[in-house]
Amino acid sequence: MAVLQLDGLIKDYGDVRAIHGVDLTIDNGEFCVFVGPSGCGKSTLLRMIAGLEEISGGELRIDGERVNEQRASERGLAMVFQTYALYPHMTVRQNLAFGLENIRTPKPEIARRVEAAATMLQIGPYLERRPKQLSGGQRQRVAIGRAVVREPRVFLFDEPLSNLDAELRVTMRGEIAGLHRRLGNTMIYVTHDQVEAMTMADKIVVLRDGRIEQAGTPLELYNQPANSFVAGFIGSPRMNFVDVTVREIRADGVMVSDAAGNDYRAAVNADGLKPGDAAELGIRPDHLIVGDAAGHAVTVQSVEQLGGESYLYCETGAGTPLTVHLAGQTGIRRGETTHVVFRPDYTHLFRKSDGLGMKRLVVGEAV
Amino acid sequence: MLAPVTTAASYLYRAAFELFERPMLAIQKMTGAQKIAWVFLLPNLLIFGLFTFLPIFLNFFYATSGSDRILLSERPYVGLENFSSLLACENYLDPNSCQRDIFWRAVHNTSWFVVLQVGFMILFSLVTALILNRNIPLRGFFRSVFFYPVLLSPVVVALIWKWVLQRYGVLNAGLEAQGLPIVNWLVEADWAFFWIVFVSIWAHMGFYTLILLAGLQAIPADVYEAAEMDGASKWRVFSKITMPLLMPTMVVVLVLSLIRAVQAFDEIFVLTGGGPGSATLLLLQFIYETGFAFRPQLYGLAAAASLLMAAVLMVLTLLQLRAARGRGED
Amino acid sequence: MLRSFLTRTRGRGRLDLTDWLTFGYLALAVVLMFGPVAWMALSSFKTESALQEYPPSLLPLAPIHVEVEGYDEPLQLFRVTGGEHEGKLLAQVRRIGLMSQMVDPQNPGERLQVNINDRVPEREFALAVENYSALFERFNFALYFWNSVFITVIATVITILFNSMAAFALSKYRFRGRTFVFILIIATLMIPPTINLVPIYLVVSELGMVNSPWGVIWPAVATPTGVFLLRQYMLTIPDDLLDAARMDHASEWRVYWRIVLPLSAPALAVLVIFSVMWRWNDFLWPLIVLTRSEQFTLQLALNSFQGDLQTSWSNLLAMTVLTLLPITIVFAFLQKYITTGIAQSGVK
Repeated sequence: MAVLQLDGLIKDYGDVRAIHGVDLTIDNGEFCVFVGPSGCGKSTLLRMIAGLEEISGGELRIDGERVNEQRASERGLAMVFQTYALYPHMTVRQNLAFGLENIRTPKPEIARRVEAAATMLQIGPYLERRPKQLSGGQRQRVAIGRAVVREPRVFLFDEPLSNLDAELRVTMRGEIAGLHRRLGNTMIYVTHDQVEAMTMADKIVVLRDGRIEQAGTPLELYNQPANSFVAGFIGSPRMNFVDVTVREIRADGVMVSDAAGNDYRAAVNADGLKPGDAAELGIRPDHLIVGDAAGHAVTVQSVEQLGGESYLYCETGAGTPLTVHLAGQTGIRRGETTHVVFRPDYTHLFRKSDGLGMKRLVVGEAV
Repeated sequence: MLAPVTTAASYLYRAAFELFERPMLAIQKMTGAQKIAWVFLLPNLLIFGLFTFLPIFLNFFYATSGSDRILLSERPYVGLENFSSLLACENYLDPNSCQRDIFWRAVHNTSWFVVLQVGFMILFSLVTALILNRNIPLRGFFRSVFFYPVLLSPVVVALIWKWVLQRYGVLNAGLEAQGLPIVNWLVEADWAFFWIVFVSIWAHMGFYTLILLAGLQAIPADVYEAAEMDGASKWRVFSKITMPLLMPTMVVVLVLSLIRAVQAFDEIFVLTGGGPGSATLLLLQFIYETGFAFRPQLYGLAAAASLLMAAVLMVLTLLQLRAARGRGED
Repeated sequence: MLRSFLTRTRGRGRLDLTDWLTFGYLALAVVLMFGPVAWMALSSFKTESALQEYPPSLLPLAPIHVEVEGYDEPLQLFRVTGGEHEGKLLAQVRRIGLMSQMVDPQNPGERLQVNINDRVPEREFALAVENYSALFERFNFALYFWNSVFITVIATVITILFNSMAAFALSKYRFRGRTFVFILIIATLMIPPTINLVPIYLVVSELGMVNSPWGVIWPAVATPTGVFLLRQYMLTIPDDLLDAARMDHASEWRVYWRIVLPLSAPALAVLVIFSVMWRWNDFLWPLIVLTRSEQFTLQLALNSFQGDLQTSWSNLLAMTVLTLLPITIVFAFLQKYITTGIAQSGVK
């Protein structure tokens, strides 16, 4: 069991800084997901923790002990690779045993652990096969099994599901979550898929350009994104953004208007915003109400009917695209004009200059 | 039957691993996991340094010094004397007018050898590759037939042919049975030269056939099908599709075989010893005999001749790199 | 005719002229390529006197001797071609001048006189195996064979080890100077040993390796071809595998030995074949370094025997056959791998 502390971690490749001083604590038994667009440094950060990339600056501590200089194998971690990285010239059993043999674990102990892992992951029947003879899902299980037999302090997953098809991905997602419940280890999981992050994580860390944008529980990130980047990245479909100018600061929120002169109220703290400042209004597709004549007029560009739910892709008078999510089916057609209401309690406001998110007055769905 | 062998091999493999494991681990502790790359490189670089890079520099010292001593410290500096002695010639087309007439005879022979051997070998290799690329039965067998001599050692190749070509050999017996005149093949200068070219083609053409065949097979079948749809005649298919697409491979084959031909030595040395007289003496044999076989050993002269040969090879290699780059751009 | 001869596939349906030409060419090739080798192999089983024969017989033949009642030694059998006893098979007791005393094996009591020009020896197919056994008894063949095997095996093991280590470093590590080292190694392709004979000889003699097998082995083990071949292959091994092994407590040496080497087996096999072929067939450099006959490799021994007037063709041919035998056996079993390996890598 382990607590990980990242203290100003830095990674330089020559003159290029890939990771800019990351501070983070991952608690014992926590399932922590690093998420971000490709090139954000999440894999690099994971590999630095693993010991596969040298740490250029800062300190990495596991259970309070500095491990910067320790080799990958000495840190007591296990990793599941995106490509699985199964040794193609060894059978499944040999793959599982390799790491234990390397530390001269007694033979009966190796056998016991391999059997236990094989039973847990249902790969018992394939132990004598080579990786080439397994399906994608089976290989995935072997890769996890190789990590499990090591009984590591921390599990590291590097985009482990990205090579699977959609259906299998959902299944394996459940299995990894189940594994975490059963073993209770600290796990760090890297993905670019925010759905995986939302469904599995105790804590999500959103990274961009080698910096942490926000860290917190899935709902904290969803309900109170620290900035417009996190707001746009977490949640599906993506949050709508409208460019606005601050008109007035009131007790029940901030009044803003867009280029076409439409007025909106956002139930947030002004937090330094002054009338006349440029800002971005954010609202999720679920929080728009359609058909209320009191709302703003929009043109429907296209309609997606999924049966149980519907999506409208609209454009405001100022030419800003808006996505609307509706429960059930809708009679609205492409080309029609309709009206949408921005629910002020669900409206986010971001400072234009740096994207900083204003604190919402009311947080969460349970209003 | 193989089981004990594989067991022994895997035991040896493990033992070798154990042997190096601890020292390498200790080294890794000192170097870290990245700089250990140099440790892996070291043995190879050491050998290269000692037997390739160092000799390149030494070669220049030998070429500019005289006497038959091998130690550089005992050799007097003579400047470009070795080169000027090699190059002193009234008429480069007439070896007899040169100070080192043997060297120039070797140069003449080598030039002729390169032109004839490379030219005919590529012609035969191409024809053979085209034939092997047809849908013939037993293709693998026939490919091996041409390739087999490539694996034979030059000495063996030379002895095989010496046995066939000797005065009372099977070739003369065959000719006599047909009522044709017999020839003492390796004693008559022109015939001896013919046979060194022939034997050298016999021994090496399989290799170039193999490369050309690989080149032919890399041409996608649909290109031929498209040409068939376009109603191209067979000759046009060959000249407008096969040859242009095979050209990059041809260039590689040409340059490789040129480089090899310039350095030809082994089988010819055993077959004719450079004779009769110096009719089949090639450049490398001249270098070998000047520097090692004959007394006094004229290391300086041999080194100078080596450097002249190196210059030719350098030009050919640059051509090859150029050709390879041209291929990459396609 | 020539046109269709040059194109790619055979015409459909019945055999046409181009097919006949193709098969003619291939048949001729088989004769030309295998013929000389087969001829030498056959000849190597002939006795010295049969080798002197002209025109030569195709198969190795030996005179027939028969036991005749009343004679202690077996007598040579002749067929009489002229004179009084024409057509008979007689055994020769002894030869006196131009006449030979003969007996009929069926009727040993009576001695017959036959002119030596009226009889030809009866012969049968027989292998003169003594050509081969003499190699071991009188020609030290086992020593030369051992010298060759020693140099070939040791040089190949070292070549594989050193070249794969260098290839591993160049393909799996990022370090300053990697590209430079790689280009340096590739550049040595431009410097064949033949242009450095004199200085390499100096280095070898300074290291005290003249007339030692190590003088042949060391200069040959760092091949740019091998490094290049293995590096290209190792580049295709995913880096994740190495990282996984590192996470599995593997040291760098273990990563190299237990993961990278086994996975490079196909490329290593090609290099093994090349190296065996190169070292077994080496001629010029051993000729320079090894001057004492007890250090000779097979190739050198063959060369020195063929120049030596004392040596008989019968032994020389037998020795040649034994020299080409190992390569031939390996080729017979591995020809598919060898040809595809060479076609892919384009080196010899």
